Amino acid sequence: MAAPLTLTVNLVARFPNSVSADARPGYSGFIVTKESLTEVATAIRDEFGYDLLTAVIAVDYINENKMEVVYHAYKTTGGPGLVFKVQVERVDPIEVPSLVEIWAGADFQEREAWDLHGIKFIGHPDLRRILMWEGFDGHPLRKDWKEAFYEEDTKPFKSRWPDGQFYMAESKNPFKDNINFPKDFDPDTLIVDKEEDLYSSLERHSTKDDDGLKTDHIVVNMGPHHPSTHGVLRVALTLDGETIVGLKPVMGYLHRNHDKIGERNTYLQIIPYTDRLDYFNSMSNNFGYAITVEKLMKIAVAERAEYIRVIMAELTRIQNHLVFAGTLLNDLGAMYTPSIYAFEERELILDIFEEVSGARMMCNYFRFGGVVRDIPDHVMQKIKDLVFERLPAKTDEMERFLNENEILVARLKGVHVLSAEDAVRYSVTGPVLRAAGVPYDIRRADPYSVYDRFDFDVAVRYNCDMLDNYLIRFDEIRQSIRILEQAIKQIPQGPINSQKPAYQVRVPAGEAYGRVESPKGELGFYIISNGKPNPWRYHVRPASFVNMTALEKMCLGTKIADFIALLGMLDIVMGELDR
Amino acid sequence: MFGKGILKGLSVTWKRFWDTYLEDISWMLRGKKRYYTEEGIKHRSSADTKGIFTIQYPEEQLILPEEARYLPFLVYNVDAEGKKEVLCTSCGICAKVCPPQCIWIVRSNDPVTGRPVPEPTEFYIDGDICMNCGFCAEYCPFDAIKMDHDFAIASYGRNVLNMEKLLKPSSYYEGIRPQNFAREEEARKAKEAAKAAKAEAAASAAPTA
Repeated sequence: MAAPLTLTVNLVARFPNSVSADARPGYSGFIVTKESLTEVATAIRDEFGYDLLTAVIAVDYINENKMEVVYHAYKTTGGPGLVFKVQVERVDPIEVPSLVEIWAGADFQEREAWDLHGIKFIGHPDLRRILMWEGFDGHPLRKDWKEAFYEEDTKPFKSRWPDGQFYMAESKNPFKDNINFPKDFDPDTLIVDKEEDLYSSLERHSTKDDDGLKTDHIVVNMGPHHPSTHGVLRVALTLDGETIVGLKPVMGYLHRNHDKIGERNTYLQIIPYTDRLDYFNSMSNNFGYAITVEKLMKIAVAERAEYIRVIMAELTRIQNHLVFAGTLLNDLGAMYTPSIYAFEERELILDIFEEVSGARMMCNYFRFGGVVRDIPDHVMQKIKDLVFERLPAKTDEMERFLNENEILVARLKGVHVLSAEDAVRYSVTGPVLRAAGVPYDIRRADPYSVYDRFDFDVAVRYNCDMLDNYLIRFDEIRQSIRILEQAIKQIPQGPINSQKPAYQVRVPAGEAYGRVESPKGELGFYIISNGKPNPWRYHVRPASFVNMTALEKMCLGTKIADFIALLGMLDIVMGELDR
Repeated sequence: MFGKGILKGLSVTWKRFWDTYLEDISWMLRGKKRYYTEEGIKHRSSADTKGIFTIQYPEEQLILPEEARYLPFLVYNVDAEGKKEVLCTSCGICAKVCPPQCIWIVRSNDPVTGRPVPEPTEFYIDGDICMNCGFCAEYCPFDAIKMDHDFAIASYGRNVLNMEKLLKPSSYYEGIRPQNFAREEEARKAKEAAKAAKAEAAASAAPTA
């Protein structure tokens, strides 16, 4: 299990007046005063070497009348992270200095904190709502905000048992009855024009024409839906001829406030909801959530279950990367054949998931302390057949099929994605970071579960172009197969859960941040427990969402024709991005 | 040579194109049917399948594994006189553990004794809210609620399932999940035997004490 975090760095000695250790029981890290936040953050990055800011999380402590912003910084060379927090009084306007200048990756996450918690980040260049729409009233993750069809603060709801007379929520709460309009508001005369902010934020990046020609930039709206049906995403672009000079993604079309749902749920009830984040990789999502709660509960995982978890997570990675290759080729115009080939192997892997967990995509397979059920013998045999024979052969075939194809190579080679420096600055994680030459993989950098027992290499490539971003996925598939081979050989017999099955778990008060290397990058879960059956704060740090911060940087100066491919490189999934 | 990569790639598609026909011919020579038979479907979803992969739904259907889960149903036993014996005791654990809170149970009290009646008076599952997670079946202490295999339930309205639609005989459960059923039966019998042994021991111990 992970060693106690952060106290290896003596931040208090460096800033005796503005930093204090977080002394609340179950908490760790440092509390920084608001005034000196930028100074301390700069020192953390430059003097202490924590160059990767992974998570910016707002927490509403309504009972203490406080708002807190929690930052998690890591070193790309590996090791545990550093947690620092800033606390402000919960009186509007709540203001915290922005860290975008220090870590550009804070951009979207600060916008999210503004959107959902209403914390103003002073100095943020473009502080607009990000997941909710412009004109939305209130900040939904505040504890005093209640959703439509609100019933109770926490599940289980009392109306369900023992006197559970069924009714449909919409019949009790018909449309219009659950909406508050401001005074003197007439919906019929409303003209929604909230796009001004978006377009003015694009303007910042316009270039001036110096050659005396009067030319206009064109604004192109791609989507919602087009880009390129990875999901409902909209991207507003400014073009100078064919060159992209401004870009803003507009998201939130699939937003359902996963965090709020989680705070209403009990700990166990959240597991099936995490399946629905990145619906390609429900096993990885389960994994991240389970290890976070286990950290809080301070329980060990059954030995056999650890191996089962690794097997499932690596199978997930293989099918994700195969589908990545398939859909990328779709994006590039090689319609269907590659993606259908990729889907064949995916089907076989999903068959395994269905046999062990009962569902192909929404697996709901992990429990605290282990997994739901053991792998039956005939399924184990199938996994062996796949891992030792079929998958290596099929990966070879896929490589033979595409990787030397001159058209594909001409299309991908030399198109710059991100330099190593930029990737770290923008908090990009996962294959995109590794293709930029930074060998940062959480399975190695900060090992969780039993990954420290396996012999594998962190896939890394150095050209930072699209071809490397594409090829690194195949490198990772090969490494995953290596891990699987070892895991299958080493898996011990024994129980599959260290705990007794219980529909309510006791989670001691405290905070925990758990993270796994999901196929798309760092997937983090931040949970604050106050000892009750439901978490006080539940936050997902999704890889897709944070990686999107770098999209603008990646695309500026490139041709519009490359945009869809560049977006494809990030391998986003809207279920996770919008959550 | 420019174009070598493309040719290499095309050789893969070429091979896969012929694979289907070669498979078909080899099955034919062995006198077996590759399509519309259980054996064929099983082979097409196994690790050494080659060539065409598609299952011609709805004429062909994938064989669901035992653990496959869809909507929940309630199990009842039929006793010797043909009377339905509902296993549910309306303890409410499924309603409490349900993540989207789609289970509604009415438990009533006996008018004479005033104590709760073990059998639920009403039981509803809102099938359109159910997320098929399987927690209700997993945590039910009486094996009274189980996940169904029937996935073709499209309808024009809301799928609100009441007792009448939810109740299915244990023979149906045995049919879709034979291994689980056998395991649970065994556990139940072992428990009953242990109980009987305990009662017997208590009875034989009583006179001496």
